[in-house]
Amino acid sequence: MHPPVTAQSADAHSRPRSLGYSYRRHLGERFIEGLLFLMAFISVAITLAIVAMLVKESVVFFEQVPLWDFLTDTQWTPLFDDAHYGILPLISGTVVSSAVALLVAIPLGTITAIYLSEFAPFAVREVAKPFLELLGGVPTVVYGYFALLFVTPLLQKIFPELPGFSLLSAGLVMGIMIIPYVSSMAEDAMRAVPMHLREGSYAMGATRFQTAIRVIMPAAFSGIAAAYILGISRAVGETMVVAIAAGMQPNLTWNPMEPAATITAYIVQVSLGDLPHGSIGYQTIFAAGLTLLLLTLTFNIIGHLLRKRYREVY
Amino acid sequence: MVSDFPADNPRADAPDARYKSEVRNLSFYYGAFSALKNINMMLPEKRVTALIGPSGCGKSTFLRCFNRMHDLYPGNRYVGEIILHPDDVNILSRDVDPIEVRMRISMVFQKPNPFPKSIYENVAYGLRVRGVRQRAKLDEKVEEALRDAALWDEVKDRLNQLAYNLSGGQQQRLCIARALATDPEILLFDEPTSALDPIATASIEELITDLKDKVTILIVTHNMQQAARVSDFTAYMYLGELIEFDVTDTIFIKPKHKQTEDYITGRFG
Repeated sequence: MHPPVTAQSADAHSRPRSLGYSYRRHLGERFIEGLLFLMAFISVAITLAIVAMLVKESVVFFEQVPLWDFLTDTQWTPLFDDAHYGILPLISGTVVSSAVALLVAIPLGTITAIYLSEFAPFAVREVAKPFLELLGGVPTVVYGYFALLFVTPLLQKIFPELPGFSLLSAGLVMGIMIIPYVSSMAEDAMRAVPMHLREGSYAMGATRFQTAIRVIMPAAFSGIAAAYILGISRAVGETMVVAIAAGMQPNLTWNPMEPAATITAYIVQVSLGDLPHGSIGYQTIFAAGLTLLLLTLTFNIIGHLLRKRYREVY
Repeated sequence: MVSDFPADNPRADAPDARYKSEVRNLSFYYGAFSALKNINMMLPEKRVTALIGPSGCGKSTFLRCFNRMHDLYPGNRYVGEIILHPDDVNILSRDVDPIEVRMRISMVFQKPNPFPKSIYENVAYGLRVRGVRQRAKLDEKVEEALRDAALWDEVKDRLNQLAYNLSGGQQQRLCIARALATDPEILLFDEPTSALDPIATASIEELITDLKDKVTILIVTHNMQQAARVSDFTAYMYLGELIEFDVTDTIFIKPKHKQTEDYITGRFG
């Protein structure tokens, strides 16, 4: 039932609107749409351009260095007279420093998330969360010098033979840096578990801890896994801390007590030098960059698949 | 307005009934809001007692006092007593650990809430949190509980599958099996069929009737026909008060209070 339209109310407005097609409105709408598309397109285009550039320059590199040598040679000395182009030393440095970081960040991040999500009273959470996020906002260069000038001397008191630059010190600090990323994502995942699952567990006589470990964590598995993957990506891609505190000598080692260079640290080091464009040393930057991109891409894809596969159905 | 039955004259209409629990002057507060007002009631042992009343009358709040669920949230306060027999202990007392209470009084929720685990592990959950480790004992209890919940034949070949693969009605029966596995003395049902279709509802109701030989049952329902079908006793609540409590037939045929009659006959609520 429509309210009756009186002649008066129709008169009150200006002339009746025609139902015709309004070119002006249509054009305005198209313009806005185009503008928004352009904005979205730019970021995609830039990403694609970066990948294209990495691949193009890497192709030049691999024309001069066989892929097999790149993957199997145990030395990375592109700037020496006796040049070797084995990526393994850089990968070992990246893997070891990331492993140390994750050994710190995953347990501490998970415990923090469990505490904040399942145990902390409201007031504690409201104070603790901003502080944790602050930890994530500290510039990485500060963490780098914190590792070099504070953590390394501290560790040297425990391990006197520890050199001034080490993967251990860089990895530990990197781990602390990553905790907020892991904990805040894992906590979001756990808090998203609906209350009726928690109540079901408590109603069976479970304690808070049993509920957190046996019900909440499995229920939030995909989110927690995604948090870990994000942590791994951050650790692998982190640059400043390792460049400052881990030393910059490529060193094929699995021992965190030694100095070594990561892929990122090498790129920083070489980019700052005065390498002539087009030289083989210059091309190594792109080959290393591509390797790094493939590494983090792999982890991101795994994370994406995990999220999709285990999307919670409550 | 408190019912004169059966607190005053406990054996009047139920000569065989013994009492599993006794509610004395129970009031409950969400912060400053008084959700339950001075409730007195006897819960007959191995019988089904239904709580009915319009939305917001406090029936779920009352049910959740029995396993201290309100302890999970800050700002809630109990006044009065719920005495659990045969121990004669006030389960609302501060000295009583809510976990101990929940070990003896289980609950089935409105929405089926199986855990993200296998069918087997869902049923074994209560035993596992009590520290039971022996596989033989777990196997035995899981089978017994699933049989009692009339689910065994449907799931015995896929005990290791994820519980989420079951239908809604099966999930609810799984939750009942989970609650039964620990041999509770009282089983609380909070509108257990409101999320289910009529066929699944019928099977749950049949199950509730079968279970009363084993366990004392307290069920909240918004469906009066359901209360009439499954319960031996019915309590009518309104605005946090217990208006009338009697044998189910009496409540539905000859209620003493006008208000109860209006609700039962659909004139109100």
